[in-house]
Amino acid sequence: MNTKIMVKDLELHYGTFHALKNINIDLPENEVTAFIGPSGCGKSTLLKSLNRMNDLVEGCKIDGKVTLDGEDIYGDMDVNLLRRRVGMVFQKPNPFPMSIYDNIAFGPRTHGIHSKRRLDEIVERSLRGAAIWDEVKDRLDKSALGMSGGQQQRLCIARALAIEPEVLLMDEPTSALDPISTNKVEELVEDLKKDYTIIMVTHNMQQAARISDRTAFFLLGEVVEYSETGELFSSPRDKRTEDYITGRFG
Amino acid sequence: MRTKFEGELRAMHEELIRMASLAETAISSTVQALKNMDETLAHGVMENDDQIDELEKNIERRCLRLLLQQQPVATDLRNVSTALKMITDLERIGDQAADIAEVTLFLCKNPGFSMPEGMSEMAVAAIKMVRGAIDAFVEGDLDKAHLVIDYDNVVDRAFLRTRDELIQQVQKSAGNAEQIMDLLMIAKYLERIGDHAVNTAEWVVFSLTGEHKDARVI
Amino acid sequence: MNEPTTAMGYRRNVLDSREHVARRTPSKTPSGRAQALGLRGAVYAAAGLTFFVLLFLIGYILVRGIPYLTPSLFEWKYTSDNCSMMPAIVTTLKMTGLSLLIAIPISVFTAVYLVEYAKRGNRLVGLIRLTTETLSGIPSIVYGLFGLLFFVTQLGWGMSLAAGALTLAIMILPLIMRSTEEALLAVPDLYREASFGLGAGKLRTTFRIVLPSAMPGILAGIILAVGRVVGETAALMYTAGTATDAASGLLSSGRTLAVHMYCLSSEGLHTNQAYATAVVLLLIVLVMNTISALVARKLTKS
Repeated sequence: MNTKIMVKDLELHYGTFHALKNINIDLPENEVTAFIGPSGCGKSTLLKSLNRMNDLVEGCKIDGKVTLDGEDIYGDMDVNLLRRRVGMVFQKPNPFPMSIYDNIAFGPRTHGIHSKRRLDEIVERSLRGAAIWDEVKDRLDKSALGMSGGQQQRLCIARALAIEPEVLLMDEPTSALDPISTNKVEELVEDLKKDYTIIMVTHNMQQAARISDRTAFFLLGEVVEYSETGELFSSPRDKRTEDYITGRFG
Repeated sequence: MRTKFEGELRAMHEELIRMASLAETAISSTVQALKNMDETLAHGVMENDDQIDELEKNIERRCLRLLLQQQPVATDLRNVSTALKMITDLERIGDQAADIAEVTLFLCKNPGFSMPEGMSEMAVAAIKMVRGAIDAFVEGDLDKAHLVIDYDNVVDRAFLRTRDELIQQVQKSAGNAEQIMDLLMIAKYLERIGDHAVNTAEWVVFSLTGEHKDARVI
Repeated sequence: MNEPTTAMGYRRNVLDSREHVARRTPSKTPSGRAQALGLRGAVYAAAGLTFFVLLFLIGYILVRGIPYLTPSLFEWKYTSDNCSMMPAIVTTLKMTGLSLLIAIPISVFTAVYLVEYAKRGNRLVGLIRLTTETLSGIPSIVYGLFGLLFFVTQLGWGMSLAAGALTLAIMILPLIMRSTEEALLAVPDLYREASFGLGAGKLRTTFRIVLPSAMPGILAGIILAVGRVVGETAALMYTAGTATDAASGLLSSGRTLAVHMYCLSSEGLHTNQAYATAVVLLLIVLVMNTISALVARKLTKS
């Protein structure tokens, strides 16, 4: 099992707030890793540190090391290139206010692909990859905003796939979706892990238990426990993990 | 926090303890009846078995409902799944105690046999194991559970001795073959009861540590 | 908690106040009911009055102006006998186009800088805001005076299209800028995050995602600006002059429709023609509003 992303001694501050404390975690390739924990525990913050989305936040200071295939992402790596390799799907479906086709093509165009034939290919492959091709193939030129929430989220996944990332970060991708759409996204995630390394923040513990291979439990900016999902949910080692997942927290 | 869930877990646990103590009573009573050739006691054991079966169904229903409604994890998950597994073994213990009681009734009506020495040793060991497994469960005591698991060879050895004794009896006399076969059945039942006690103890270990037979289940 | 949920911390909440107005349950007490009834009456009355005034105004202008809308009023040449408004129409179009051409890039880019690039708490941002707010509060005659002193006299351009257009451009700058700013702020951060997440840089995100999303709002600002340009007189009298010929070059003088109308009515000789001009002005504004509304709808749809 290869380590895709390695986080070492990571400390993150928002101004004076110490958001992440001494994070050490290895994220294996072609597996689904879930980050769980109460709100404000730092799980989303860590997720955003993995493709440097935190750079956009004013007053955010990061110490320590994050490597992608051994390369330091806070070193010489170009941030746009990093984000091409580490794609992201957000909590709320956020398609651009443009056509379905243009939504998918935005990423590849950003990275210099303009040939119509190539783009057509990428759009179809990405939409198929996100299991939504059959639903939208006849209305690629229609606005993406006219789709249902679940479709929009799968479109966003397709959009992330279009730039052929190696890692897919998902920040509570189903929290705004109904159970059926949630189910579709979850099945998709299972499929995608063959080709991608997936890291997912979720508030839904059943979801983490269902689809992740490994789970990390965060509390107050620290990783309390990180182990194989079955183990974490059947016999957690730390009392705090136990209290949180069994709902006896706080 | 999660008051309803806690309440249901507790209720399930209490019923399980009741079922366990009934199973324990069944085995000790049936051994008592065998030893003293006590028909009333033997009848009592057979009647009690219905109660145990009833409890098994109740607990099963409770566990499944908890799984459905609460989707327990961690300790809760282990407790519920342990209960689900344990009731099967407890029910078998009850059944076998009733089977022994039934054979005892036959032996009461057809005396003229000699009780092998290994038999009482087995009975003592089987009672000790069932009691130990149940104590381990009630008290959450890992050591007691391991003691039960290790004690299994004692019963197994006693069974082999009893069997040998019975074989000798068969070779010596031909008149009471039926009683001897019945005694062998009783010995086998006791041996099985020991196995079920071991199973119970192993699930107790799982509920405490998450490991079953020294390996992770999930 | 302390974990920020919107990654970029844009100043928001501009539109939130709308929600508080929405529902209000009627009170149950008799006095409360009377009060509610009174309030409702007042609301209907106000709306009715506004509508009536508008209707009356338009009707009055149409009634007074339409009979005098003769073909001769649309002849290419203005003479002292036939005060044709054609040259003024041409000048109006030129003036509008020119001032927008100058004002739009500056104001839109400034707004982009303020919203997308400037860091929060940047002193320059405060200064720019203060300046634009002050600019938008100044009466147009002051702009005219400035234009006269600076463009006309100091730069020696004379009363000219260029001087007028520049003056108007300064005048409408804050208008377009503010509405662009609001429109940019209303673009959800989700779009920006998604774009950055796909590896697009700041520039591409701003021009490919944020600006197109903000287009309807920006257009609304431009429509307002066009309205002001078309209706402006005071600032133009001093800077573009009142020459009756269609301004042919940048440095030639010319009168817009509004100025033309003002001149006609103040001379007192062609009051009827002034009303006819008003009808045309009204139509132009109407057509322009309709076109921009269509464009805005088209843009938001696709």
